[in-house]
Amino acid sequence: MKKLVALACITATSVAALSGCGSSESSNGEVIVYNWGEYIDPDVLEMFEEETGIKVVYDEYETNETMYPKVEAGAAQYDLVCPSDYMIDKMIEKGLVQELNFDNIPNAKQYIGEQYYEQSKEFDPENKYSIPYCWGTVGILYNQTMVSEPITSWDVLWDAQYENNILMQDSVRDAFMVALKRNGNSMNSTDDAELNAAKDALIEQKPLVQAYVVDQVRDKMIGNEAAIGVIYSGEAIYTQRENSDLVYVIPEEGTNVWIDSWVMLKDAPNKENAEKFLDFLCRPEIALKNFEYITYSTPNTGAQELIEDEDIKNSPIAFPDLSQYNNIETFQYLGEEFDEKLNELWKQVKSN
Amino acid sequence: MTQKKQASERFTGFLKKFYVFLIFVFLYAPIVTLMVLSFNASKTRSKWGGFTLKWYFELFENEAILKAFSNTMIIAFLSALIATILGTAACIGIRNMKKRHQGIIMGVTNIPMLNAEIVTGISLMLLFISLGIKTGFLTVLLSHITFNIPYVILNVMPKLKQVNNSTYEAALDLGASPVYAFFKVVFPDILPGVFSGFLMAFTMSLDDFIITHFTKGAGLDTLSTKIYTEVKKGIKPEMYALSTLIFITVLILLILVNKMPDPKAKEKA
Amino acid sequence: MNKKWLATPYLFWAVAFIVIPLLMVVYYGMTDKTGAFTWENVIAITSPEHVKALMLSLLLSLISTIICLLLAYPLAMILVAKHASKTSFIVMLFILPMWMNFLLRTLAWQTLLEKNGVLNGILSFLHLPALNLINTPGAIILGMVYNFLPFMVLPIYNVLAKIDINVINAARDLGANGIQTFLKITLPLSFPGIASGITMVFVPALTTFVISTLLGGSKILLIGNVIEQEFTTASNWHLGSGLSLVLMIFVLLSMVISSFFDKDGEGAAL
Repeated sequence: MKKLVALACITATSVAALSGCGSSESSNGEVIVYNWGEYIDPDVLEMFEEETGIKVVYDEYETNETMYPKVEAGAAQYDLVCPSDYMIDKMIEKGLVQELNFDNIPNAKQYIGEQYYEQSKEFDPENKYSIPYCWGTVGILYNQTMVSEPITSWDVLWDAQYENNILMQDSVRDAFMVALKRNGNSMNSTDDAELNAAKDALIEQKPLVQAYVVDQVRDKMIGNEAAIGVIYSGEAIYTQRENSDLVYVIPEEGTNVWIDSWVMLKDAPNKENAEKFLDFLCRPEIALKNFEYITYSTPNTGAQELIEDEDIKNSPIAFPDLSQYNNIETFQYLGEEFDEKLNELWKQVKSN
Repeated sequence: MTQKKQASERFTGFLKKFYVFLIFVFLYAPIVTLMVLSFNASKTRSKWGGFTLKWYFELFENEAILKAFSNTMIIAFLSALIATILGTAACIGIRNMKKRHQGIIMGVTNIPMLNAEIVTGISLMLLFISLGIKTGFLTVLLSHITFNIPYVILNVMPKLKQVNNSTYEAALDLGASPVYAFFKVVFPDILPGVFSGFLMAFTMSLDDFIITHFTKGAGLDTLSTKIYTEVKKGIKPEMYALSTLIFITVLILLILVNKMPDPKAKEKA
Repeated sequence: MNKKWLATPYLFWAVAFIVIPLLMVVYYGMTDKTGAFTWENVIAITSPEHVKALMLSLLLSLISTIICLLLAYPLAMILVAKHASKTSFIVMLFILPMWMNFLLRTLAWQTLLEKNGVLNGILSFLHLPALNLINTPGAIILGMVYNFLPFMVLPIYNVLAKIDINVINAARDLGANGIQTFLKITLPLSFPGIASGITMVFVPALTTFVISTLLGGSKILLIGNVIEQEFTTASNWHLGSGLSLVLMIFVLLSMVISSFFDKDGEGAAL
């Protein structure tokens, strides 16, 4: 045991010695960015640092909900955060973000498509606070070889023949979105009867579900673990590349269009640098680099033009024409009381 | 008769070895899986895409991962060391208190262990904010020391209870100073507990994610926080490669150190 | 022997980083959103979902702890009986897996247990029927035993290694057989180690949420999951704190029970 202790000491000190060097100070200050994990091409950060001499202090989170308390508490003073729609709604309501000065971010108006600003109005009514960064839909991914007929409806998630072959989303709002849409209601419904009906539907569905997962739908579907899964469109292209039997559909009852957008925090210490960073991200060639790295759809029309692979450029999965679908909605923040109620219902589903 | 006895002893000997072997299979099955995945050309863990070494090359170009690795090691080492010193001293002190006081302090000590990690994490974050300490390396280190100490105490306390007080008192009677007597008589007896406490603390620190997440500042990452943020886009195979390298290195060093003659054994001989 | 002062630095530490944060949890648990005093967050444990989650957590962690004890005790005895220098090496091999990241290890179990996973692959190769392993309570117990077994082995090993061989020999000389020696000498002397081990396995098993999420397919709601969700997705820190206060009572209770087995009265709160 003594030896292992010695070993721990040796490894730790040698690693410390090796990594002691580095961390150069930049003259033009810094910008502190808080983003989803793996949500930017690391080269982009380097290019920005080289071009502007501004150091990017980069930090990552894995869900909107783990990001929020850190930002609210102000423990680390971030400049820019990239939350999802309903979370931006909440942050605006709580006064955590500041209005953007689009004059200093000319690329944002020039290259980000108008339809995305239009969609953003559901959570940022006057387009004052946010710049869309990534977007997508939620749909069904199924394995052609494991289903009896093509899937078009959320109803299939309640079909008993797929018992133990269904992967549901393990997040409250996504799960309720599926049930609400299936029942023909709005996914932003606050009506008690509708929500209770959705809850009952989810309880009814539970015995058929193999697992409630978030990110692992991807790996499980590639590995033929299940026939049907609820998944984000950004993952669909990747999964199809790995397993050609997989098909992605947006169900006919409609679905959720989600948008992750950049916002600037109220007390951002490096406002000017943050504006430069946002403008940089909105350049078409930079947005393209990011799109290629993270595979989630970019709202940057300039970047969409630059895509060389025709299949992807015209892919209805990556860039669906939103006007073609009915009942497309975006999540709104519906207040703390609603959150509590929904969580209570979800708990009842889970513990059943 | 003796033959029969020998045979049965050999049989129980075999059973014992087999039992230990089975436990090792259980403990190492996932590790082997991870190693195999590090050579998988496909990025997903559920499909075998052929053998490759490319993740190992990419690992050494990935500065973010290497930096996270060194942060992890430094924090684990420092926090385990400080926790071991504080914890061992505390054990000796607590041992000399009244029984009732001992009970209270041990109860408090166990709180970080019995609290859900997320509660510890958030409450520490709130504490640092209210004290005006900017979250960063220091706050992570302080938090790690805090949740490490109970593991040290839990390992040292049972050892200390077994120490025979009369030997120590005999040493004092023979004129040894308390400090000298302690290090000559008591300390060697509790040393294995101190070591296992350090090791466990080191291990817990390596593994922690939640408390680190809430107490770290912008730009500071450990391997755990890096892995958790990668979950959304899938774990990078470089992580498997790094884990494999860590594992192999430690294993080889262990075997080498084990092969070396024990200086203490020589002394005795 | 007056060395009480040695505990002083730790006492300050404990007050600053354990007691004060704990008081914050108590404050949150005993107030509502407006800051007014309430018992509601604590009483919330009696709602059917919470009771069910708590009972399930208690059951699963109890089973895991018993399995860990049954696996670890013979193992520690075998290791102690081996040649000294070799055992330390073997003991190290028990800690080594934990140097691989917790999440990676647990994900690896998924790869092993899945429908098309490694284990079922082996079974089908042997022409045996496939087993439904993943997303069951059994998989959660396996994950708990796997992750916390070293916490049981080490303290027991430490205590057993310390037992004076002469005591055991004396018992043998006085005519006690193997089983008697074990029951009358070895086992009682190892109680402090067992108590430590039980605490170190039971407590993390009771509060875990990662294992039930990854290996239980999130279909089984444990009390750890509930609390985690209150803090993260639901952002209701008051309810989360209230429930963790309740959980703490159960953990304290388990410690009292395990210290009860520490018959020589030296266990205190351990």
